[in-house]
Amino acid sequence: MYRKHGILGSLWRHAVLLVFVVFALFPILWVISASFNPANTLVGQGLIPPNPSLDNYREVFTSEQYPIALWIKNSVVIGLITSTLVVIMTSFAAYAFSRFRFKGRRTGLFASLLIQVFPQMLAAVSIYLLVLSIGRLIPALGLNTHAGLIMVYLGGAMGVNAWLMKGYLDTIPTSLEESAMIDGASPFQAFYMIILPLARPILAVVFMLQFIGTYSELILASVLISSTEKYTLAVGLQLFIQDQYASRWGVFAAASVLGALPIVLLFLFLQKHLVTGLTSGAVKG
Amino acid sequence: MAKLVKGVFLGILNVVFIWTALFLYSSEAYLVLVLLLLGAALVNFVFISERAYPYRYLLPAAFFMILLVVYPIVYTVYVSVTNYGTGNILTKEQVITQLQERRILDAEAGNYTYQAYRDGEGQLWFVFTGPQGELLLGHAGELTPVQEGDARLARLAEFTELARADLVRATNEISALSFALDEARQLQMRNINYFGVYRPQYQYSRERDELLDLESGIIYQPVLGYFQAPDGTRLTPGFREIIGFHNFSKLLTNPQVTGPFIRVFIWTVQWALLSVATTFSVGLFLAILLNDPHLRLRRFYRSVLILPYAVPAFISALIWRGLFHTELGVINRVLQATIGSGVPWLQDPVWAKVALVILNLWLGFPYMMIVCLGALQSIDVEMYEAALVDGASSWQQFRHITLPLLMVSVGPLLISSFSFNFNNFSVIYLLTRGRPPIVGAQTPAGHTDILISYTYRLAFESGRGVDYGLASAVTLVIFLITGAITFFNFRFTGALEEVRKNV
Repeated sequence: MYRKHGILGSLWRHAVLLVFVVFALFPILWVISASFNPANTLVGQGLIPPNPSLDNYREVFTSEQYPIALWIKNSVVIGLITSTLVVIMTSFAAYAFSRFRFKGRRTGLFASLLIQVFPQMLAAVSIYLLVLSIGRLIPALGLNTHAGLIMVYLGGAMGVNAWLMKGYLDTIPTSLEESAMIDGASPFQAFYMIILPLARPILAVVFMLQFIGTYSELILASVLISSTEKYTLAVGLQLFIQDQYASRWGVFAAASVLGALPIVLLFLFLQKHLVTGLTSGAVKG
Repeated sequence: MAKLVKGVFLGILNVVFIWTALFLYSSEAYLVLVLLLLGAALVNFVFISERAYPYRYLLPAAFFMILLVVYPIVYTVYVSVTNYGTGNILTKEQVITQLQERRILDAEAGNYTYQAYRDGEGQLWFVFTGPQGELLLGHAGELTPVQEGDARLARLAEFTELARADLVRATNEISALSFALDEARQLQMRNINYFGVYRPQYQYSRERDELLDLESGIIYQPVLGYFQAPDGTRLTPGFREIIGFHNFSKLLTNPQVTGPFIRVFIWTVQWALLSVATTFSVGLFLAILLNDPHLRLRRFYRSVLILPYAVPAFISALIWRGLFHTELGVINRVLQATIGSGVPWLQDPVWAKVALVILNLWLGFPYMMIVCLGALQSIDVEMYEAALVDGASSWQQFRHITLPLLMVSVGPLLISSFSFNFNNFSVIYLLTRGRPPIVGAQTPAGHTDILISYTYRLAFESGRGVDYGLASAVTLVIFLITGAITFFNFRFTGALEEVRKNV
């Protein structure tokens, strides 16, 4: 399919690719530049800031009215806790589906497949009302609590991830556990000491996809969380910049750079694993 | 050892259950209590019975999925056939109680003058003088008839009597008080000088399920969530009630709702199709360029072009909103400098849609590029060699070899991408918020709203009050469409067969 091309042939290819490189990079560079521009406004911004400074970053960490650094921390903490719990719970469920034969197994598999069809955020209204009534009984899990938000995320994460993980566990041969069980290991020990270590790549993929998804989730977080100091970055940042591009652009840019950093690093670091997960059907939020 | 761990674990779990049960009992949430006890029994059974062993692994995931996905879906179905929303938030019982507590002034009963005192603890005491000169001592909602010279009256001398200026200052506090005159009637502040007698306005009859206005004699009957008089007058607030398919028929027959709904619907489909088409064609095009082994700098291009995908979408969308800013944005500044005029990106319905598609192209092409690169690499090179021998042109090779083979692996991803964008709330909400608004719509709807953002605004953001019922009805429409698409996709990928075979 591919032949060696002449000068003209490679010239247009590089020209086209460069156009897309500019398209891909421009917004990112533009924001990085703005984050170092002390003018803090969209008005008359150039690509190279005239008197670069760290003022905007300082503002991110010190502003009392808009505690952006705290929002980033909230997002990271909620993301870490949710992803950890999701990995634990789905690996249990996936192990059962993959290794045991029991009544209702097919129904369960079918249900977890069907439930993926309904994105949880669609039921935001019901979830809001549900959390409202849970909060009346158990205030710690009610509206405007991180624990309540995490609880909601846990529910939404089960279907997709259990399915993804079960597929992977099916590819691990059962002979390893069988020999362990002959040596007297219980099924739980076999799961814990043999399966989990072997399943590390898929655990990493599920963890990351879940972290990225939780970190970027907007609709449920904005419905459930209502006080400034509890916002996640996704909720807080859009309220911060809303119609304030002329007066908050620089601080927003610094917040964007800091807020995107955890995800970009995670992404670049684990790109290989991610690509495997992506081609098997996960779509990033 | 394992037994011990299990015992301790189950013990802790049961302590939590019992503690929660006691708490629920004391807060009188009996229905939830019963559910909890059933759940606790199930947990204990699953952990003690050997036959139920596999279910131990499923319990946590199943619990969260049922509580937070299955139940909300069921509840959405329920809400969609109710009138739940502003004006109909309370239950019928609560509305009846509220209406029965509504009182009107009994003008014939006359006025009660009063003197108010404050004791050492800040509590208020009153001495009322009735129209016939009778004296009443009032404190903490209760009235005691007293005679002149009563010892209880003498005690008031130790308290501070409130002067007129104090009364004015304490008006809010005093007007919130009421004193029971008898079972039905109360004394309440009428103005700074007098208390008046207030009696209930309505009386509810449980047998006939109707509300009687004691003054006018009009009978109100419950109709579609309101107590309604024969002439059609409604009492507010209304209560929430099952109203059947009213919300769905409103979507289809009420011109002020239907028009915007259909427009939103059509744009949602266009949006999802455009998103998939643009990201896929650009992604595939770049993948074909980058798959060329003779191309230099391949790795550089690949890692740079992937970057937009690594930035969280909610941040990118907000950044692009700055770039598209009509007066200050860099895009319009460049357009101004080159072609002499900018574009009203976020104010004009058509340009707002163009802006959305450009943003989503930026967000989505790297994903398509990665996926297509993977798929291209798995195509056997010999196919092309055979085609070359037969004298096929590059276009024919692409059309008859690359595309069909690519579609096998990428096709399902395109379908999931379609349904993902069908519900891509953040991009729409963060770039345009659904604006510009559709003029003349009764519900809050904008030209760039897709179904999910429209639902969100119906439920949470309408200035004219929220309408959970209608929002849930639209949600069910989305469920239906997303479900149908995904089901089709399952057939396509054979996921259902996998379940069927996997016994």
